Amino acid sequence: MENILEIKNLSKKYKDFELKDINLKLPKGMILGFIGENGAGKTTTIKAILDIIKNYKGEIKIFGLDNRKDEKKIKEDIGVVLDDMFFPEILTPNDINSIMKDTYNNWDSGLYFKYLTDFSLPKNKQIKTLSKGMKKKLEIAAALSHHPKLLILDEPTSGLDPIARNEVIDIFQDFIQNEECGVLLSSHITTDLEHIADYITFINNGKILLSKTCDELLENYGIVKCTESEFKKLDKTDFIKYKKKKYEYEVLIENKTAFNKKYGINTIDKITLEDLMLLMIKGVK
Amino acid sequence: MEIIISNSSGVPIYEQIKEQIKVKIVSNELKAGELLPSIRNLAKDLRCSVITTKNAYEELVNEGYIKTIPSKGFYVAEVNIEIAYEEQLNKIEKMLDSAVSIAKMNNIPRKTINEILDILYEEEN
Repeated sequence: MENILEIKNLSKKYKDFELKDINLKLPKGMILGFIGENGAGKTTTIKAILDIIKNYKGEIKIFGLDNRKDEKKIKEDIGVVLDDMFFPEILTPNDINSIMKDTYNNWDSGLYFKYLTDFSLPKNKQIKTLSKGMKKKLEIAAALSHHPKLLILDEPTSGLDPIARNEVIDIFQDFIQNEECGVLLSSHITTDLEHIADYITFINNGKILLSKTCDELLENYGIVKCTESEFKKLDKTDFIKYKKKKYEYEVLIENKTAFNKKYGINTIDKITLEDLMLLMIKGVK
Repeated sequence: MEIIISNSSGVPIYEQIKEQIKVKIVSNELKAGELLPSIRNLAKDLRCSVITTKNAYEELVNEGYIKTIPSKGFYVAEVNIEIAYEEQLNKIEKMLDSAVSIAKMNNIPRKTINEILDILYEEEN
């Protein structure tokens, strides 16, 4: 098994939204950043992986096994953090330990309480009294404490301050020190992903727009800033999208070196994932 | 081992890692037979992706600076220092070549180029 997670032709139709033919692969030992604006289909895809939503078309394999047929076996080895808190708010972190102990065969109370200490989380306070950031950290601690092999995280760093985000990202990198493990991380905080993601999959309006290694994206893609007359000379095949701004054109290109060779335009900026998202969604062609 | 990564330099991160390890090998700071950090460990410590450090190591293997022993890790190879030195000189010559052609194209005198070099060297110290 090369891929710890593999989605083939996943489709799901709702009244006002549709997931169309989603394909996605997460090789072992890697972190995949799943990006897209709110409502693009990230959470729906994740819920399909976890078999929370029903009646979708396509095939989802986790650890090489079918996510529906072998659900029980698979779930033992998955750690999940969802965007909306799923612990009842009247419980305390201590209660969570008791519940999880009965849920997972591999639950490791020692590890769980170690995370609570590392994250400075109280053991005996009701969840509803915790701050948003603390709740998130509690969910992450709970997701990690049964020694999962695959982490599925929906916006795990949203609501966290930069220091806490940094701690959490450290944990994800620690996690893949074991090359049998993998992380699927959806986020719109793209700077976190730029550093640690091996692959980026970009979803928009229910469709995958782009799936590449993060290095390939950040090194080869670029934004050309040019004048209108320069822009008019460009072949349509040489750029992906463009945006006309007040004083300049911003043009998204796929290969900085080739573009520079062909047109001799030197004002090509390095791209960030945020620029990429913006131009892909708001740009025209 | 010290590796300094700049996120704004425009040089791909895998290349920064590769070049800095190379320099350490050529200058004998890293000695033949020495064990390098694992791909995953290095990625974590440098806060970059695993693919990035993997690329850096793969290229170093291809260029003969390091070797891999399966399920043990990456080790510094016996490197012919003279060849490595020569390679670095070639690289400098290439870069200076493009600098000189820009200078000639714009009629910038050699004296000015020398001055720039002097300034750059002073900055280093």
